[in-house]
Amino acid sequence: MLSRIAESLFWIGRYVERADDTARMLDVHVQMLLEDPWQEEDLACRSLLSVMDRPAPEPPTPAGRRYVLTTLAYDSQSPSSIAGSLSAARENARRAREIISSELWEALNATWNALAGQVAGVRPHDFFVWVRERAAVVSGLVDSTVSRDDAWQFLVLGRSMERADMTARLLTTRALAGPNGPSWITFLRSCGAHEAFLRTYRGTASDERAAGFLLLDRLFPRSIVHALGQAEECLTGLEPVTDRASLDDARRHLGLTRTSLEYRPLSAVLDDLPSQMEQVQRACAAASEAIRGRYFPSGSPARWQGEAL
Amino acid sequence: MDLFADYPAGAAWDEMVDGQQARGPYRQVHQVLTAMSIGDVRVRADSLARSYVRQGVTFDVAGEERPFPIDVVPRVIGTDEWAQVAPGVSQRVRALEAFLADVYGPQRAIDDGVVPRSVVVSSTHFHRAACGIDLANGVRVHVAGIDIVRDAAGGWRVLEDNVRVPSGVSYVLSNRQAMTQSFPELFAALRIAPVADYPRRLLAALQAAAPSGVDDPTVVVLTPGVGNSAYFEHTLLARLMGVELVEGPDLFCAAGRVWMRTTQGRRRVDVVYRRVDDDFLDPVVFRQDSLLGCPGLMTCARQGTVTVANAVGNGVADDKLVYTYVPDLIRYYLGEEPILANVDTWRLEEPDGLAEVLDRLGELVVKPVDGSGGKGIVVGPFATRAQLDALRARLLDDPRGWIAQPVVQLSTVPTLVAEGLRPRHVDLRPFAVNAGDQVHVLPGGLTRVALPEGELVVNSSQGGGSKDTWVLGDFWVGESRSAEPVAQAVGPREVASEHAVPIAANPHDGSTMVMQQQQQQQGECEEEPC
Repeated sequence: MLSRIAESLFWIGRYVERADDTARMLDVHVQMLLEDPWQEEDLACRSLLSVMDRPAPEPPTPAGRRYVLTTLAYDSQSPSSIAGSLSAARENARRAREIISSELWEALNATWNALAGQVAGVRPHDFFVWVRERAAVVSGLVDSTVSRDDAWQFLVLGRSMERADMTARLLTTRALAGPNGPSWITFLRSCGAHEAFLRTYRGTASDERAAGFLLLDRLFPRSIVHALGQAEECLTGLEPVTDRASLDDARRHLGLTRTSLEYRPLSAVLDDLPSQMEQVQRACAAASEAIRGRYFPSGSPARWQGEAL
Repeated sequence: MDLFADYPAGAAWDEMVDGQQARGPYRQVHQVLTAMSIGDVRVRADSLARSYVRQGVTFDVAGEERPFPIDVVPRVIGTDEWAQVAPGVSQRVRALEAFLADVYGPQRAIDDGVVPRSVVVSSTHFHRAACGIDLANGVRVHVAGIDIVRDAAGGWRVLEDNVRVPSGVSYVLSNRQAMTQSFPELFAALRIAPVADYPRRLLAALQAAAPSGVDDPTVVVLTPGVGNSAYFEHTLLARLMGVELVEGPDLFCAAGRVWMRTTQGRRRVDVVYRRVDDDFLDPVVFRQDSLLGCPGLMTCARQGTVTVANAVGNGVADDKLVYTYVPDLIRYYLGEEPILANVDTWRLEEPDGLAEVLDRLGELVVKPVDGSGGKGIVVGPFATRAQLDALRARLLDDPRGWIAQPVVQLSTVPTLVAEGLRPRHVDLRPFAVNAGDQVHVLPGGLTRVALPEGELVVNSSQGGGSKDTWVLGDFWVGESRSAEPVAQAVGPREVASEHAVPIAANPHDGSTMVMQQQQQQQGECEEEPC
């Protein structure tokens, strides 16, 4: 497969997952501001923006709900907003059209076509629901129409790495929100994990277990450990072990983080949640770089210097 | 136009509007509604209905699945009003609990002449099979739904008790969820007591009722199956408690215990929260043609290896003739005065009562003693001559089977109907969970509303709707949230910029140079078609 195509596939996986996760995160955030009038809206919004590494307005100007939604949901230029990442996913799909199935392309293209209407027309909650549904359609088509060759590996690799990264950010927002923040139950709901969690722990739920579920559960597909494990499997699938003494960089970054979460006592992780989650995000970024270096060598962008006579 | 401009002053006590003004608890709701146009209100009502169809919140009427109707205007109960209702409900549950323990045990109340023996043993739901069963924590009424109404003066009265398998709590949970989405501004402005912890409390109460010696009890919800009208509720409760939802054939009894069939082999069941009527529970003891139960369940319950919740035979306590004795039972067992009064009721067994009722049949409500869901009720003023004659014959034939009550002018709450907001009659079913050491009353409950004008029967099986019921907790505002400085110190923090991890993007996205060149290339091709 061409490196350029592989890179596009990798990024389709990442962008669609990013839109999905951002929608989930913002849904919790907006709901919390609505339900709890005592929340400091400005502080809560600044906190969220900082987690997403987006600039907040200078202090006298409040960073309200509207600003957050514009920046993280509706901005069609920035790849870290929902609209932006959906557009970017469609751009990448356009470059890889001959590889991906028509159904997958149409799902991405239809999403992009409907985007303007969705951004303008509906209440935030309905927009988030729509985004989640579109992401589910894409992910379902990836599962049902893409052969399990390298194309699938790259799509799922991107999705898994993005999921680990975004779940880490989601957990960071909870850790930073302090005791008045939304409950862990709300976070479980936003990840679609509430029922799975209840079935696992049969109602004897505690905050610690809820956090542990999103961090460490081996069976729930949105937990960080599961997502990292899936990414590692994809990397293994892309390149079965040749050098028996060492691993490639990307797998090393992901595996190190996964095991450090898995083998550390849960209480130690929770006491230090923001920095632990930062580790996860940094590992994902480093692995992403390593994957780019390994699989998508683009060479330096060629620039015509002109012939010096 | 003001939504309330043409709101008619009904004959009954209206909970929201008093003349031109809104009553205390409804002030904000009234304000928000007044600021809206009828179109806005309808948009919200539509979004509520759509969300119900999507979630599958349905009620089965004669085999047809319909979205459960939820009205857009909430029912609001003030802090002080609730401070009367909640203890009243809890008191009633405690008295009924004591009565059941007595009836199926020493029968002191009968010996002491509080309740006639004939009333107890002639109840269709008095089951001898339930006598002498010891319960692990002594609880028989794990869940109760006490139907209460407000009369023409605004006072609360108990209409009936439900201690068999009271249903409707799922609509309390889903109504609340739907309303938070539709009226975020009201939830922001008011402190409304949350209802979401009901499944947790129910599970705790069921686990507390497990046979002694079981340290991690397995609880299941037993449903008659998808054909049942309350199936939605059964799935919702099982889902939110994280327990198995079983049908009769999933269970079997062996070695004196109840088991369920799983892919991992049999698994012991300790507590059965059954939503199946007594008669169908165990074909060995009750109806032999029942396919919904589990043969041998009663034997296991008697041996104390499984707890059935609510207990078998509870129906004797919500028999409508026993209802007339409940105030006496409260005084007898608890030594307290009833907090919530009954509706005046004639016992037709007493010759004087029967004579008076037959005389005034046209102005009374007559109910069968063992009915539920509004079945068989005859409202005198709305009945035809022929209906009344038929009723008269039935009363003479079986006076034990009926009670009569004056027509209670149930309070009204504004409700959205085709013409706009109109007063419609409501009742309230608060739910109580008895964990043994404490009776917890869910703040709010199911408000049912009779949608046709003047209709007084509110049951959902009779085409009634529902309203989300808000119990205000103003006290909460003043107390724990007043400590602002503390709250600020621990409020949301930011990630320091050196710890923020940027969100990456495909470096090849939007590389404008390349795009321009590609477009240019394309342009040149078009100039020279070949």
